[in-house]
Amino acid sequence: MTTITVTVNGVRYTSEVEPRLLLVHYLREHLNLTGTHIGCDTSQCGACVVHINGVSVKSCTTLAVQCDGAEITTIEGLAHNGQLHPLQEGFWEKHGLQCGFCTPGMIMAAADLLKRNPNPTDEEIRHGLEGNLCRCTGYENIVRAVRYAAEKMAATQAAD
Amino acid sequence: MIPAPFDYYAPTSLAEALTLLQQHGDDAKILAGGHSLLPAMKLRLAAPSVLIDINRVAELRGIKVNGTVEIGAMTTWSAIEHHAALAKACPAMADAVGLIGDIQVRNRGTIGGSLAHADPAADMPAVVLAVDAQIHVEGPNGPRAIAAADFFTDMLSTALEPGEIITAITFTSHGPGEGSAYAKFPHPASRYAIVGAAAYVKMENGQVTACRVAITGAGPKAERQTAVEQALIGTDGSADAVAAAAAHAGEGMEMLGDIHASEEYRRAMCKVYAKRALLKAIERAR
Repeated sequence: MTTITVTVNGVRYTSEVEPRLLLVHYLREHLNLTGTHIGCDTSQCGACVVHINGVSVKSCTTLAVQCDGAEITTIEGLAHNGQLHPLQEGFWEKHGLQCGFCTPGMIMAAADLLKRNPNPTDEEIRHGLEGNLCRCTGYENIVRAVRYAAEKMAATQAAD
Repeated sequence: MIPAPFDYYAPTSLAEALTLLQQHGDDAKILAGGHSLLPAMKLRLAAPSVLIDINRVAELRGIKVNGTVEIGAMTTWSAIEHHAALAKACPAMADAVGLIGDIQVRNRGTIGGSLAHADPAADMPAVVLAVDAQIHVEGPNGPRAIAAADFFTDMLSTALEPGEIITAITFTSHGPGEGSAYAKFPHPASRYAIVGAAAYVKMENGQVTACRVAITGAGPKAERQTAVEQALIGTDGSADAVAAAAAHAGEGMEMLGDIHASEEYRRAMCKVYAKRALLKAIERAR
C-alpha cells in the first residue's frame, strides 16, 4: 500500500491505496464521487474525464498513486454555491443529453476546451470533444450546449 | 479492468530511474504517459511486478528549437502540438501529433513512451524515420544515440537494450526549400493509423534533391520507402511525378491484414497516403 494525498474538488484527502488502483476507481469507490463514469474502460469513450492540475485526462488510464500531491476536479466540483456551472446549465437548457451517461465526461472535456479557447467555433467544439463518445444525441445538442456555455461565460465576464 | 499487482516507484531524476531499472531488471517496466502500457496491464497482456514512473523526472521534459530540434522523451503530445516554433521547424510532426488519439490521450501520452513501445500503428515512428531523427538513450553503459532507421526492429520491438531509457529525440530543423507532411487513414474509434505516411522533401531550383518517405500502420513496423524516394529525386515534384513515385509505396513490405483492413487494402492505401503526404510536403517546400 502507498499513502497519497490529493485535493479533490477543494477537499484534501490522505488515503492508503494499492499502486494498481486506477484513479477512476479511487474517486468512485474510495471517495464515493460516482459522478465520474466508467464507460469503455479503454481510454476511448471519455466518460471518465476529470481534470488533474487543470488538465483534462481519462481517469481510467491513470493510477491513483500518480496523482499524489495533485489537484483533481470532477463533475461534482463544477457547481459553486449551489449555482450550476454554465456548461451544466447549457446541457440542461439545450437538452445536451438523453441517457446522460457520457455527460460528466463531456462537460469536463468541454470545460478544458473553453479554458483554452473561450470562443470556439462549432467545428472547434466538435474537435475539442473528439475524445468523448455519445451514443444518444448525435452530438448536435451537445455542441449547442457548449456554445450556450461559451456565450454565457463571455457575457458574465463582460458584465464583470 | 484492474491490472495485476506491482510495486510502484516514482523517481525524480534520470539517474535514480536508471538505478531502479538496473535493480529490478526484466521484472520492471518504465511508465511514461501510460496510454499504451496501462491498457495492456488492464487486459493483463502485460504484468510487470515493478513500475518505474518517470513522470516526475523533470529533466526529461521540454522542447528546444534552433537549427536542431530537441524534444525531451517525457514531453507530452499536447506540449508538442502547441509549440509554434516546432510546427515551423517540422510540419510533419505537427500534422502527426494533432492526429494522435484525442485531446485527453495527448495530454498524457509522451513521444519517448510511444517510440519505446513501437506500436506498429503509431504515428510517430513514420515521422522520426522521415526526418532522419536520432533517438538518444541512456543506460548502464552511459548515453548513446540510435538513428531512427536502426531503431525499429520488429513489431513492438526496438534497438533499446535492457536497462536503457529514451532521454530525447533530435533532428535538423527544416531550412529554406525543405518541407514535410504526415497524412493518415485513422481507425475511426482508436484513431491509430490503418496506414500513415510521413514525407520530407528538399527542393532546389525546381527539382527534388532530397526525399525521405516512411509508412506506418501497414506492416509490423514503420519502414522507409526507398523505392518511392529514388523515383522522386531528380524530378520536378509535379503531381504526375509524385503519383508515379508513390506507386512504389509498400513495395517489398510485409502487410498486416485484420478485420479493419485487408493486406491488399493496406497496400493500396500506402500508395494513396504516400502521395498525399508528398504533395503536401512539396507544397510546403516551394
